[in-house]
Parts: sequence; C-alpha cells; structure tokens
Amino acid sequence: MSGTESRIWEPKDECLERGELEQLQLERLEATLVRVYRHVPFYRRRFDEIGFDPDSLRALSDLARLPFTTKADLRENHPYGLFAVPLRDIVRVHASSGTTGLSTAVGYTRNDMRTWSTLTARVLVAGGVTKEDVVQIAFDYGLFTGAFGLHQGAERLGASVVPVSSADARRQVAIMRDYRTTALVTTPSHALHIADTALEMGVGPAELSLKHGLLGAEPWSESMRREIEEKLEITATDNYGLSEVMGPGVAGECLERNGLHLAEDHFLFEVIDPETLAPVPPGTTGELVVTTLTKEGIPVIRYRTRDLTAILEAPCPCGRTTRRMARVKGRTDDMLIVKGVKVFPSELEAVLFAVEGTAPHYQVQVDRQQGTDQVTVLVEVSESLFFDEMRRQTELRETIVKRLAAELGVSVDVKLVGRKGIERSDGKARRVIDRRKLD
Amino acid sequence: MLRLRNVDAGYGKLTVLRRVSLHVSAGEIVTIVGANGAGKTTLLETVAGLVRPRGGEIAFDGASIGRLAIERIVARGCSLVPEGRQVFATMPVRENLLLGAHVQFARGRKDEVAQDLERVLDLFPILRSRQGQLAGTLSGGEQQMLAIARALMARPKLMMLDEPSMGLAPLVVRDIFDILTRVRKDGTTVLLVEQNARSALRIADRGYVLETGRIVLQGSAEELLANRDVQRAYLGSDRDAENGAWP
Repeated sequence: MSGTESRIWEPKDECLERGELEQLQLERLEATLVRVYRHVPFYRRRFDEIGFDPDSLRALSDLARLPFTTKADLRENHPYGLFAVPLRDIVRVHASSGTTGLSTAVGYTRNDMRTWSTLTARVLVAGGVTKEDVVQIAFDYGLFTGAFGLHQGAERLGASVVPVSSADARRQVAIMRDYRTTALVTTPSHALHIADTALEMGVGPAELSLKHGLLGAEPWSESMRREIEEKLEITATDNYGLSEVMGPGVAGECLERNGLHLAEDHFLFEVIDPETLAPVPPGTTGELVVTTLTKEGIPVIRYRTRDLTAILEAPCPCGRTTRRMARVKGRTDDMLIVKGVKVFPSELEAVLFAVEGTAPHYQVQVDRQQGTDQVTVLVEVSESLFFDEMRRQTELRETIVKRLAAELGVSVDVKLVGRKGIERSDGKARRVIDRRKLD
Repeated sequence: MLRLRNVDAGYGKLTVLRRVSLHVSAGEIVTIVGANGAGKTTLLETVAGLVRPRGGEIAFDGASIGRLAIERIVARGCSLVPEGRQVFATMPVRENLLLGAHVQFARGRKDEVAQDLERVLDLFPILRSRQGQLAGTLSGGEQQMLAIARALMARPKLMMLDEPSMGLAPLVVRDIFDILTRVRKDGTTVLLVEQNARSALRIADRGYVLETGRIVLQGSAEELLANRDVQRAYLGSDRDAENGAWP
C-alpha cells in the first residue's frame, strides 16, 4: 500500500517547530497550574503538602517536581471533586470505561468539547478519513468516550457519520455493506470479529466499500493489524486516548503506521518506570503519564495512565513534527511478574500469532499453588479444530507451550477452547486474570 | 516574533508580574485582557524597556532585549502606543508624526520618512486635513489615531498598544479597532492590551488573560470568548443566551 499522502487537519498546530511547541506548552502548563491551584482544592492541598509553589515552575522539566494523580484520586473525588469549573459550565459528562474497577466521572466545557472534536478530527484525518467518507461508529454510545469522541471529530471534518453503536457483528456487516461504509471505528478485537463474521456471512471485501479502520481502546499487535488489513482489505490505524484526560484524540497513527502522533500542543507526555517512578529516556518502555494543557472542565496533572508504551523521537515522513508513542504494550496492571519474570500480554499475543492456526482471542490466568505461580493461557481456536481434529489440537497445544516457554522465559500451561470460549465485556477482551491477588 | 518566558517585573518592593510567559507570532493580533491593576501596562512597559524585568527572558526576533535601552528596542522594530495617547499637545500634528520617525532620521532615511508620512496620512485622512493643527486641539479619538500614526512612523514590526479604547465613544472605538486590523493587514504585528475585552477579542487571533500578575488562561480569541470565566469577569455577562452562537 502506498497510501502515505497523508493529509493534516491542523497543519499549523501539528507541524510546530520544537521551540515554538515548547513555548506553547510552557504557557499552557503555567496557566493550568494557576487554575488548578486556585480552583481545585485537591491540587492546592497536594501542592502545599510537598511545598510546591506553582509560581516557582520555570521550565517544562520542572513538571517532575509535581505529584502524580492516580485513578484512586479520581475515585476519591468522584463525581465532581476534581472539576475546575462550576457544574453549570459543564456541558457534557462522561465516565471512564471501567476496564479495571469503578468508573469515574469527567466533565467537558464548551471549549473542551470543541478541542476534543478537533483532536479526534486530527486522528481521523491522520488515518486517511476525509469528508467524502462514510464513517461507521461501532463503539457503544454511552458514558464511554469512544463513540461520542470520534463521532464529533468525524462530523467536524464533514464525513457522513453512521452511529451504529453496539449492534451485533452481523448487523454491523449488513449496514457496512448496504450503507457503503468506507471507514470503520471500533476496537481491534471487534474489527476482527466483524471481519470473521463477514466471511462467515459470505460477504467478501469486494462487496464492501471499506477502506479505513480507525481502531483503538485496547492494546493490539502488528500481526493483528495485518490480519485485519488482509481480511477486510483496508488500512488499519491505531489511536489512543483515555477518558480521564479527554477520551480518543490523545494520539493517533498516520498512514505511515509507525507509532501514534501525540497531541503535544494539548497534553504533556512523560514515560516513567512504573516501579521507581523515575522518568525513562525516549525509546524505553514504561508507564505513560499525561498532563492536560488546555482542559477547562477537569484538568489533570501527571495522570498515571497505567498504559505501557515508549515515546519515539525520530521524525515522521508524514510531516507532523509531534513525537509519537509506540503502540500500547499493555497495562501496568496487566504486566505480570511470574516467577520474577516480567510478562507483557502483548508479547504473548505476538507468539500466539506466530503459531499458525490460532485465533487472536486469548486470556492469561495466573494462580498461586503452594507458593508457586501457575500460568494458564486460554486460546480460542476454530470450531472444526476444536471438535474434530484431536491429534492436530494436541500438536498445536504443544507448539504453543514450547514457543511461549522459549519467548517469554517462563513455562506456562495452554488450554485450547472453542470460539467465544473466553468471555468478553463491552467488546473489550479481558486479557489477564490474576487470582494471586485474591489470597 | 516576541517571546516572554517566566518574566517577573515590578516597581520597588512591589512585584507586579509573576512568571509571565507569552508569545506573539509575526502577522498576529494578540490581546491581553485583564482587570485594572492586573499588570497589563507593566507587561507592555517591560517589553518596551521602560521597566526592567527582574527575571525571565524577553526575546524579540530571536534576540534577547531584556537588558536593552528603550531606544534600542524601538530601533529593532518594537513600538509602544502608551495609555492616554501622550501626544505632544502644543505641537502640530505633522511635527508629532515626524517625531515618531526619529529612528529613521537617525539612520539618514529622510526620503523614506517622507513616503511614510504620506502612507500614514492615507491611512488616517482625518489627520491629513489637520496636519497643521495643534495636537492638543484634536478630539480624543483623533489623538488616539495620531498616537498610532506616530508609532507607525518608526516602521515597527510589532506595535504594542495600551488601552487604545480608553475614554472613547463606542463608534470611535470601532474606528480604532478597524484601523488596527488594517495595520495588521499592512504587515505590522499587533500586541493589544485592553479592558474592553469584547472588542479586543473580536479583532484578535489569540489572547491571554492576566489576573494579579499571572496568566490564568490563554487560547484563541474564539475560545476565550466562549470561556465562562472570561464572560463573567470581562465580558459582563453570564447569560446562557450569549452562548447560543457557538458553532
């Protein structure tokens, strides 16, 4: 595919010279600190506790002197405790999707809504969407930010939005075919499920008009991208966001598909070691930490996303000057330490893909028996293999066990299950179940 | 074009500006809005060299100007139209304008000054018809035009204006702001300090809100007009009906 003639939604803001960008970031950070110190008692208390005077911030690097904000802080101040404006200035309330634990409320002012639609428009345009496109949103519309966020961006750039929401895959395929959808917005696992369903229904790529997949809200791998791109004959780009800082639009891939461009004029990004909390150099994987620079409703300072990624500094041929982040490797909560070895679900996923014949749905279950960690990987396989071919099934199982042991450095048990043998919630696969924590 | 980073400034023991960072890019109209005593005038005076910054950096066209003498700053292309016009009341309009060109005269560019005078008189026909009249006999609006015209005679790259609408009738204010958009169109960048936030934000590209010496908000003029804090504090309204125009 040669589709790199990527267009840019806000060339002025997405292609700032580094010095200009850093000036803008400093101005916005300083104003944000003044506002949170004045209007959010939580931050005033936090800053006072550590003796941080917002007036003393002089450089972007001083950010490291500020305390982190965590999901627990949001939860303790739920619903409106961290809002920096009165509720009457809020025009929209959303909540985090609650992948882990309770969801927490976030609020948007009119300006926040405008910024948000601008940033999701950037992501859509980076992924190849234009005003000529018919954009099918297959995210659930509700408190979750995914659907509304990208919906607004698509409308903003003038595309035709088809808000299908969370209909089942057969209906998604039927609408996609009948409405001549050209861009699909959903999670990667859902996109793959839709692709498989289309094949089952006998609807080949030729019968569809689909060109672009804007996929996000969960970690996925390069092999999964290839599988989606091949099955649907589309270009699939990754995008990233979290409701705690805004929602989708925080970062998105361009057609180069070599990392997600960060909206650095609206957020400050850091990557830290999740254990020592010290910043790590560019290119090193760690936990992403985000500070909002323009949010009015609920600004957040050094929010620990628990997402594992690395910041990429190399320039991108697309012309955007923003730094990029590597695709999310997993979550710090998902990072398993099994017998002292760090295991990322994404690495496991890559191994599973490499082994022929395995569908990408899997789940890792960890137990501790008599002081020893026991890891079981559930892998979904096709119905025919599951029911009919006992011998091939055994071979496959053994191959996966061997490969995982070789690649991950820990021995795991593998169980093959039939299609849909692993439960899904809201289209989001739960990758890791660690029962050790329950003891 | 102009870049301030963490500028502190004040008078004697009084600190007025705290850690002010802002920038103005070539071709922009940028406005600083804020209440009386927020530090707006001090900010312009610090850039113009009338007040020395105590800390931070001020760069104009990439070079530091924080320690330069006033006339050197003007010579680099940064002019201030001060609050209250401050025209030379007992001198004719024409002489006032020529005084604005002292930087050009100092460089021996007499011919260019003559051309500039023509250009400025074209921009302000009212001043052409009153060339010989003493500046003190002009109306408030005409004196403001004279002050702007005088600043233009120095061929500034950046023109800073301190409350140009002060004490003027609404219709005259509109004329003054129309002139500023024309000045920008002719290639001069504008940094405008105003209490009349609504008028200023209508012609500006971007703005900063200064409160007790600190920047508390910044953004596009459109964003600031839509911000409820700005509406409450500076636009004199908090009616939902006012927000109906949001696109």
